[in-house]
Amino acid sequence: MRFGLTEEQELLQATLREFAAKELPAPRLREIFDAGSGWNEALWRSAAGVGLQGLAVPERYGGAGLELLELALAFEVLGEAAMPGPFLGHALAGLALSRGGSDAQRERWLPKLASGEAIGALAIAESGDAWDPAEWSAALDGGAVRGTKQLVDHAAIADVLVVGVAGGGLALVERGANGVHIDPIDGLDRTRALARVDLDGAAAEALPGGREVADAVCDAGRILLAADSFGAAWKLIEMTVEYTLTREQFGTLLAQFQSVKHEIANLAAETEPMRGLFWYAAHAFDHLPAESAAAASAAKAHVTDRAVHVSRQVIELHGGIGFTWESDVQFWAKRVLFDRSWLGGPRAHRERLAMLENW
Amino acid sequence: MDLSFGPEYEVFREEVRAFLAEAWPAGSGGQESEPAAQKRFITAAAERGYLYRSIPKRYGGSEQPFDPLRETILTEEFERSGAPWQLGYQGVGMVVPTLLEVGADWQREKFIAPTLRGDFVWCQGYSEPGAGSDLASLRSPARLEGDEWVINGHKIWTSDADHATHMFGMFRTEPDAPKHGGISYLLLEMDQPGIDVRPLRQLTGATHFFEVFFTDVRAPADWIVGERGQGWQVSRVNLKHERNLGGGSLARNRFRRLLDLARRTPLHGRPALEDPLVRDRLAALDCHVRCLETMTLRKVSATYNDEEGKVGLPTLVNKLYGSQVGEQLVQLAYDLIGADGLLAPTDSSWAGGSGERSNTDWIDEYLYSLAGRIAAGSSNIQRNVIGERGLGLPRDLRSGDVRPRS
Repeated sequence: MRFGLTEEQELLQATLREFAAKELPAPRLREIFDAGSGWNEALWRSAAGVGLQGLAVPERYGGAGLELLELALAFEVLGEAAMPGPFLGHALAGLALSRGGSDAQRERWLPKLASGEAIGALAIAESGDAWDPAEWSAALDGGAVRGTKQLVDHAAIADVLVVGVAGGGLALVERGANGVHIDPIDGLDRTRALARVDLDGAAAEALPGGREVADAVCDAGRILLAADSFGAAWKLIEMTVEYTLTREQFGTLLAQFQSVKHEIANLAAETEPMRGLFWYAAHAFDHLPAESAAAASAAKAHVTDRAVHVSRQVIELHGGIGFTWESDVQFWAKRVLFDRSWLGGPRAHRERLAMLENW
Repeated sequence: MDLSFGPEYEVFREEVRAFLAEAWPAGSGGQESEPAAQKRFITAAAERGYLYRSIPKRYGGSEQPFDPLRETILTEEFERSGAPWQLGYQGVGMVVPTLLEVGADWQREKFIAPTLRGDFVWCQGYSEPGAGSDLASLRSPARLEGDEWVINGHKIWTSDADHATHMFGMFRTEPDAPKHGGISYLLLEMDQPGIDVRPLRQLTGATHFFEVFFTDVRAPADWIVGERGQGWQVSRVNLKHERNLGGGSLARNRFRRLLDLARRTPLHGRPALEDPLVRDRLAALDCHVRCLETMTLRKVSATYNDEEGKVGLPTLVNKLYGSQVGEQLVQLAYDLIGADGLLAPTDSSWAGGSGERSNTDWIDEYLYSLAGRIAAGSSNIQRNVIGERGLGLPRDLRSGDVRPRS
């Protein structure tokens, strides 16, 4: 029996933390954040150097063949680092292909996705907060897809879009295909880059895997967002510990004030218990299919919601500086707001959880 | 991750279930409060090696090898059936492990077996009117006169003092030593002149706590556990191997009862469970309970795999977080019962058990959850511990550090 990380899993996180510390020092993160596109090619290439893009791609296609649990542990570190770039959609596009693609589709895309040479994105949301496969209406007909997809992360630089279509299926649309119009959106979280994608009869190739694959891809995304938020929440707490141990008022360290110490303790007491929640959801995704959907919604709803709470308390604890553009706190505060809304907000996932539990 | 315990353990779980189904059948009504039935059950469970596992056979325990997975199965199954674990928490949970850890041989021989049988009932003499969170400032004195301790002073919040046969407590035996160093851990008999037990009525209306006044109360000189002046350290010794693997299954069972309440309580002519707001709150609570369950899993795993260093923070936050979740849970129950919340509570929480709760039982639980913030280290003390030991924040200013304004 083991519900804890193995040495290999700890090593994976340590390696990624080292990568993030080296390649994404605070000034560089700020530079990318200020530029506003979330995209930095050099960073993407150095991530490929540590194999980040291929973690969950099967080994025969050049990936590391790891499970969602390891991918979630990686996303915890990405959240800690507020890592900019298309990692989320890329990982989910890869998952859609490895679970639902034909042999030919896998051969064509997975090696390039694993190496980071090609970038994948997931285009599923439609207007009205319609994230769930049951709500998709984009029409796939005779090899062409029509419809509008909202809030697609890093669509503008993606080589391949995995598009959700009516009936809960998925289809591939390639970069530069006729009838694809991409309009960038000025997003809140500038470590991500949202765009609207209009598909006006664009050439599309259905993935043979059906609704089940789409559901799994969405659940995987929910778990990865929970992991990302968990990492971000702890990062915010640590920043606050550090800040209150240096900043003085009334002739003493902020951390010496019980009101400050207790607030930080409250945040830690609420955050640490969520670690097992996203671990469990990832483990269920890999090995306990009957529990997987409920565990994913629970993790998504709870971790992202509470991480947003943490971010707001942390900004207060930083005082006026926390409210400025100059303060790094905003990187994570906005990151967790993205995590909270993308793929459906807490309210929707709590209702889904209630349904799945047959309440 | 590997959540399976393995076939050997599943067989064990089946055995435990079969035993409980026969020895503590569900809905056996009234059985819980019947001491004789409890004793019979406890004895039978201990004989099978289900209880008193870390206690040697010669002291009346079942002396089983330490096994966190078996402990977990027992916790879950006993919790589910509402069966009792022990006769008196204070004795089995506190005195016995303390004696096993630091007691003299003769003390173990004399006190442990009768405690396990329920013949010795213990109460705890720690808190005093002037020593709550700042427990080490306690003042009740004990001085050695010939071969006896002579004890005076005043203890408070003493549960079971009305029927306890013995008390274990901390008393100031070295008045000139510094605060923590002047305390000794003494045992004494309750049935003797000079002991005056007065009830404290709680805001629930029930009386489970007492005040104990001492006037030249006597205890034999060798009824001291550990050395003179070491009472503070002795009191920190706690139950290491039983039932401290976290409260996940307890929270899950309470949540199931809450769900039952939402099913049978009408709201706008429909079961409350169908109301969107109620569903939202239930789902949010379910997430918290999942957090507690997985935190328990982490602790079980760490114990099983000898990685206890990895669950330091979960251990520190468990009490604060668990009590907050518990409070949210009974808050929802209280909201669900609506105007019944105007009624006086039934005195039921203290009895425990897993039976169905009436609305007035829920009121008692609602009020009782307040005690969770206070007992066994108040929430604000927990916050200090989490901040200082868990996050490396500075210690509070102590009384000695505070200088009067000039």
